[in-house]
Amino acid sequence: MPLEFEKPILELERRIAELKETAKATGVDLEAEIRLLEERLARLRKETYENLTPWQRVQLARAPGRPTTLDVLEKAFQDFIELHGDRAFADDPAIVGGLAYLEGEKVVVVGHQKGRDTKENLQRNFGMPHPEGYRKAMRLMDLADRFGYPFLTFVDTPGAYPGVSAEERGQAWVIAQSIQRMSRLRVPAVTVILGEGGSGGALAIAVANRVLILENAWYSVISPESCAAILWRDAKEAPKAAEALKLTAKDLLQLKVVDAIVPEPEGGAHKDPDRAIRNIKEALLKALEELKGLSPEALYEDRYRRFRSLGAFAEP
Amino acid sequence: MALERLFRRKRPSGGNRDVPELWTKCEACGAQIYKKEFQENLHVCPKCGHHHRLPAQERVAMLADPGTFQETTRLRPLDPLGFVDTKPYVERLKAYQAETGRPDAILGGTCQIGGVPAVLLVMDYAFAGGSMGSVVGEEIARGAERAAEEGRALVIVAASGGARMQEAALSLMQMAKTVMTLDRVWARRLPYVSVLTDPTTGGVTASFAALADVILAEPGALIGFAGPRVIRQTIRQELPEGFQRSEFLLKHGMVDRVTDRRRLKEELVRVLRHLHPGVAYAPGV
Repeated sequence: MPLEFEKPILELERRIAELKETAKATGVDLEAEIRLLEERLARLRKETYENLTPWQRVQLARAPGRPTTLDVLEKAFQDFIELHGDRAFADDPAIVGGLAYLEGEKVVVVGHQKGRDTKENLQRNFGMPHPEGYRKAMRLMDLADRFGYPFLTFVDTPGAYPGVSAEERGQAWVIAQSIQRMSRLRVPAVTVILGEGGSGGALAIAVANRVLILENAWYSVISPESCAAILWRDAKEAPKAAEALKLTAKDLLQLKVVDAIVPEPEGGAHKDPDRAIRNIKEALLKALEELKGLSPEALYEDRYRRFRSLGAFAEP
Repeated sequence: MALERLFRRKRPSGGNRDVPELWTKCEACGAQIYKKEFQENLHVCPKCGHHHRLPAQERVAMLADPGTFQETTRLRPLDPLGFVDTKPYVERLKAYQAETGRPDAILGGTCQIGGVPAVLLVMDYAFAGGSMGSVVGEEIARGAERAAEEGRALVIVAASGGARMQEAALSLMQMAKTVMTLDRVWARRLPYVSVLTDPTTGGVTASFAALADVILAEPGALIGFAGPRVIRQTIRQELPEGFQRSEFLLKHGMVDRVTDRRRLKEELVRVLRHLHPGVAYAPGV
């Protein structure tokens, strides 16, 4: 399904295909015309994808077919064993986690999980966790700490679920606790923001030593739509809000909210998920390499310093 | 997040033009209250008990022992994103500063509370809905560090719509920052008491405010993660009576006590004396 801003590219692709078809059917030499159009197509692609607006990136971050946590676990890791449940209330399908190997090294992994089709999306609540999801995440943080295995997380959520059930079970409390639990890890922690990094629901599993972000992913305090609904009093102003929030990978790198950007294939990770996942794996290994040799206390202090230094204010 | 409340700011109390200057009107029951009585009653309606929002300086005055409060909050906000919505963020800041006489949405310092040395931090709802940006986050972090260094209890009075949108991801990071610095207080085995007042929502509830040793809430305060309007939009039905109010949270196990403002200081002192390792057996106040 093409995004609105990709339609001119698709239109050109269709015309080229038509011309080729005609050339084949009629035997007329259209080589020159086709070459011309192909050059135009290359330019158009470059122009479009190198100058993506923040709002266009938000759309790419939500594109169907973009790699999810389970896709990454399947392709970049070995022998993933999913572990379920928070041992208190339920298993939350919006957060998955378990044990895996990354290039032969034992790791514990947790991530938001969106559905890959409508039916699965409903079952997974569109990747919006309830308190039990964060409790499951904390249980796995305990596990990582106990065995000394690196803790890796994948972020992809519009936000924690804003509903009655979630409030009744202490959504704010578990998010706070999960932030605290993750900040106290004595093992290397690396986060990759895969798609959407929606507010506290994302941060709850993103208090890592190294926070990486995919080129077209977004991460902010609020979604552009909600921000627009509040500040512009109109959700349709989301493109403006996306601009103002400085939620793109590049902006976040400048603000030091993220430490590195993971490149995506042209047109977004969904265009070539395998390549995107190879890039993710490479970035993860590099981040883990940087943290190798740090003592448990040094890892805690490294994380403390990382977050302690964030913010912009003036001394009197 | 209940950030939408930010733009429906009500004056914290009184000021109704229909009644003479000497009188104010209860927001809940409409009773006419003699202003002086209203103030002496800590902005609680003597007729119906409704807790009106209390300005930050009056909160400090009611909790700190007389003459002990030394203000430490003085950081000034910047505009790191160059944020402009229907108005530039810098202009909004200037307007709030002029209105409240404060650089940002927090007032804090060192003091004694019932003789217990403390760092007291009070969020100011009148400033941008008490929203947490870099300044609020840093002041809370410094307050926690100061409490740890000087062996003081930490008391934070929350009143906030959540993280501040105009500092976007940097506001979000303040949630992690404030939570992490609480570790310093824990490590020194010092008490941290959180007082939740109307309203406390979003990224403030979901960070430092929820992680205290003891959590007290004022009666009838709106407390939660998502704001009621957002929840109503999500589930497309009316919310149950009393949903996200202090009493609801007490019932669901999220807060330790719902405490009437007129007894808040007394309860706070008792809790601090119980917890602070530097205070010997000291029943009552």
